[in-house]
Amino acid sequence: MLLAGLDGDARAYRRFLDELAKRLRAFLRRRLFDMHDHVEDIVQETLLAVHNARHTYRRDQPVTAWVYAIARYKLMDFLRTRMRHDALNDPLDDAADLFEASAEDASDARRDVAALLDALPDRQRLPIDMVKLQGLSVAETARITGMSESAVKVGVHRGLKALAARIRGQR
Amino acid sequence: MKTDDLVAMLATGADAVDPRAVEKRFALALALGLSGAGILMVALLGVRRDLAQVAMTGMFWLKLAFPAAILGGTLSVTMRLGRPGCAAGMGWLVSALALAGLWLGAGAALVAAPPALRPHMVLGDTWRVCTLCVAMLSIPAFCAVFWALRGLAPTRLHQAGAAAGLLAGAQGLLVYCLHCPETTLPFWGVWYVLGMLVPAALGALLGRVLLRW
Repeated sequence: MLLAGLDGDARAYRRFLDELAKRLRAFLRRRLFDMHDHVEDIVQETLLAVHNARHTYRRDQPVTAWVYAIARYKLMDFLRTRMRHDALNDPLDDAADLFEASAEDASDARRDVAALLDALPDRQRLPIDMVKLQGLSVAETARITGMSESAVKVGVHRGLKALAARIRGQR
Repeated sequence: MKTDDLVAMLATGADAVDPRAVEKRFALALALGLSGAGILMVALLGVRRDLAQVAMTGMFWLKLAFPAAILGGTLSVTMRLGRPGCAAGMGWLVSALALAGLWLGAGAALVAAPPALRPHMVLGDTWRVCTLCVAMLSIPAFCAVFWALRGLAPTRLHQAGAAAGLLAGAQGLLVYCLHCPETTLPFWGVWYVLGMLVPAALGALLGRVLLRW
């Protein structure tokens, strides 16, 4: 599914992200048993990270290993910010069984990504809003905003990276 | 925003990914790093006047082989560490072997030489400036390699930073060899290595700060 998504199949990519969201949720709920209200935030942050880093996936690599490394990185980053002095005793190894469980029911995230998107500069916010949220093509977006097509693409790309940085900054 | 909406947003209009994105990024970084070092070298230090003659000697190519090997090894490690879940691979071993080879050769040369000559074999004529020059020539490569890594997703930040710094150092050293007149392995074994370790240490220290995503 990921491979089809990487080759431009948006529906396959969407199914991949949906499945990933459920498994991440279960994985994080087990790890963050005392911080459940943060789980959805980290699910969203990890999904964004997976999307922003999708060009780093090597085709001969097991998808689980790649996704797990990203999830673990974001989780460690979150924990490092929240628990400055507590050493984490829980060993974060054993990737194989970590994505077996699946959690359908998403709670509400504490942080509103939509609000963060609104705060981006226009050259990033407009392309993201039109291409990603409204589903317009790059050409249409370029025509409406007066930006060049490459500026639209760069705006989406940099805007999503800026979004990830703002999420990190808010923690 | 609900997660479901976020997923919809991410999947909408998602372009196909270039399967050689990582390789292209590093190819560009290497080109920029080496040419940056080259420009600095020509402008500030000057190419060695006897380059044409010395390019015929084995010693010259042996000298180049060392940073070339380190460059190959650390390039492999840095590219792999830019991908989440990818092990560092054989690159560290290749670099360690090159270093061990140099140090063994340097040790053998020192042992074989009469004691009176040994200090000069180690210090040469330029020991005071060598390390600094190599480190300085690594600066463009340092910026270029970190730019490349920042566009990827390294998950082991200290190791990736160290590898990137050493890769920059190897590029600086490679270019420096076109200027440096020193021909003794003990000299290379000390000052060339130190010259590469400066950006490597800097990279390891700054990795956490520069490579977060």
